[in-house]
Amino acid sequence: MDKNNTDKTEKLLATAQNLRWQVGENFHESLMESIYSDAARIADRAVKVDDVKKKYDWDVKIDKLVTSRTFGFPLMFLLLAAVFWITVEGANVPSGLLASLLVDFLHPVLKDFMLSFSPEWVAGFLIDGAYLSMAWVIAVMLPPMAIFFPVFTLLEDFGYLPRVAFNMDNLFRRAGAHGKQALTMSMGFGCNAAGVVATRVIDSPRERLIAIITNNFSLCNGRWPTQILIASIFIGAALPAHIAGLVSAGAVVFIAVLGILLSLVVSYGLSKTILKGEASAFSLELPPYRPPKIWQTLYTSLIDRTIFVLWRAIVFAIPAGMAIWLSANVMIDGTSIAEHFISWSNPMGLLLGLNGVILLAYIIAIPANEIVIPTVLMLTVLTAGNPELGAGTGVMFELESQSAMAEIFRMGGWTALTGINLMLFSLLHNPCSTTIYTIYKETGSVKWSVIATVLPLIMGLVVCFFTAQLWMLFAN
Amino acid sequence: MNPSPENCANCPVHNMGNLKKLGVDMSDYDYVIALAGNPNTGKSTVFNNLTGLRQHTGNWPGKTVTRAEGGFIYSDKKFKIVDLPGTYSLLSTSTDEEVARDFILFGQPDVTVIVVDATRIERNLNLVLQVLEITDRAVLCVNLIDEARRHNIIVDIRTLGKDLGIPVVATAARQREGMDELLKSIEEVASGKYTCNPYRLSKVNPGIRKAVERIQNEIKEQFPDLPNPRWVAMRLLEGDQSIIDAIKSGELGDLKAEKQIHQPETIQN
Repeated sequence: MDKNNTDKTEKLLATAQNLRWQVGENFHESLMESIYSDAARIADRAVKVDDVKKKYDWDVKIDKLVTSRTFGFPLMFLLLAAVFWITVEGANVPSGLLASLLVDFLHPVLKDFMLSFSPEWVAGFLIDGAYLSMAWVIAVMLPPMAIFFPVFTLLEDFGYLPRVAFNMDNLFRRAGAHGKQALTMSMGFGCNAAGVVATRVIDSPRERLIAIITNNFSLCNGRWPTQILIASIFIGAALPAHIAGLVSAGAVVFIAVLGILLSLVVSYGLSKTILKGEASAFSLELPPYRPPKIWQTLYTSLIDRTIFVLWRAIVFAIPAGMAIWLSANVMIDGTSIAEHFISWSNPMGLLLGLNGVILLAYIIAIPANEIVIPTVLMLTVLTAGNPELGAGTGVMFELESQSAMAEIFRMGGWTALTGINLMLFSLLHNPCSTTIYTIYKETGSVKWSVIATVLPLIMGLVVCFFTAQLWMLFAN
Repeated sequence: MNPSPENCANCPVHNMGNLKKLGVDMSDYDYVIALAGNPNTGKSTVFNNLTGLRQHTGNWPGKTVTRAEGGFIYSDKKFKIVDLPGTYSLLSTSTDEEVARDFILFGQPDVTVIVVDATRIERNLNLVLQVLEITDRAVLCVNLIDEARRHNIIVDIRTLGKDLGIPVVATAARQREGMDELLKSIEEVASGKYTCNPYRLSKVNPGIRKAVERIQNEIKEQFPDLPNPRWVAMRLLEGDQSIIDAIKSGELGDLKAEKQIHQPETIQN
């Protein structure tokens, strides 16, 4: 732009500045007023309404119930519990079928095939490492996701999520955060990275940061399978079969609700300390209830969520499987790398009510929470020194039933405390690397990315430590 | 009876049959379409219907935080369509509103399709009137017309069209109702077959009107090719920092440069 133009620009801006003073404060109001009155006039000419009151009754009645002070929260918990219960009960059989197909049947076939023309370590690395980890992820994750996501999406389509936000709005505002955080938190139940991106609906940078940092307290789909599995084995298994499913679902709801509570508590803490400020007001529109388009919803939730998440899990599980196989087979002083690390970290793990295996698994699983359980199982067999149970050292394998899995856990010295603390630690640890990267992209700040990463990890360590100490106090 | 080919071509079913969904293929498009509207009015459903994409739609406000893009071919023209985040207004400064506003202003779409909820016309019109201040070429899509019918709300499409001065189409995107007509209107506005005469705000008080006119004249002088000087004038009067920045950085001036890419010498004066 040449000088002449720059001068003109300055003059234009100066004129605007002067006139702004003359017109004064009420310009915005006056503009809004004319927009509103014109809109009202045009709408009045074009829209006729017959007998609206009666027709709206149905929506209003549902809303009165689901957003009522008395029934709003209990209904929310019940709905959540129902969704988990359907998932827990429905996923068992297809998981078993997939496992017997991919692991019991296909794995030996593939292994023999590889062994027919390649050395044993190549077959081990590719089939026992890469293939088995992938098979495991599919068997464990596909059935619960194929049930959980469509059911959750149907609730979303129906219009329930904004009601959750409506119920939670007041709580979040009292915690000094933005009411819309209830929505981004709900998104986080699917995927934390998606939840972090969704915080763009929050205008104030302060409240947006709070929403970003606390999004990790929403259990994401990578962690649901861990929660559901451990709850079934350590909590459900101790009970008679007819109530086991319900109680396991209840335990998962408890962890999910604990996450929501912590999200509120941490938001409050942040808004009183490093992110001080008042909560800003906003209006939340409750959309009408719409009968969900069942087939379309099933299709999109399968493509958008189930397959997408599964694909991500597989992509991360294959190299992780290779890494685990290597760590279990590369020896230093006659002991594998994995065993070195586990025996070194085990004392700290036990102090936290966990063990060295779990700590190593969480390091290996930084790229994806989905592979925690496969890793834990493989490492447990490795250190418990019973290779006959698995197909060989460093193999991630599937077990036919949950009781066999429980057998492995007991062999590795697991107690109910280990199970409970694993559930807690699964809720409270650093976000996966995808989420951390997303946080960095959204905030553009190393500082906030580090805080969002380290804060939940520290909380997890502290919570697990105190749970363990209390447990030991009561157990002894 | 054998229908003649001409009759066939006029039939909406035929037109819908001409729609070729291109998904994310947006190369060499002829027209750019922006999809604006309040949150949760079904913009993404309209978008998916036109492009054949399956962008996730959800029944809650604020689902689309960034813009999604896709393409389709209709009556031999290639359209690129951009799904903007839902907003209640274009006057404040939140990220999603800026995305929508900047695209309509700086992206200069050939047609802006404003999707409104047929059961909440009055509130939705607030945004419509603001969009019409920015752009001349718009189509109003009165969506969720099935829900309105269920609630015994009757929307007089013709009156609405006459009052707003743009094509108005009633649709139920979830049922694919009215999509053919919507496509036809989009094509007519994009190709210039239909000339919009958009409604402009009337009851602005005289003092303000004079101020707006003065700034508007200066803007016209400096940026003669700017399609919406009145709106920029109003934003300046309100002290909108992002518009002030756009003027200072020359971004606002670049708008004409983009549109007149064949005669670069006219940019300098």
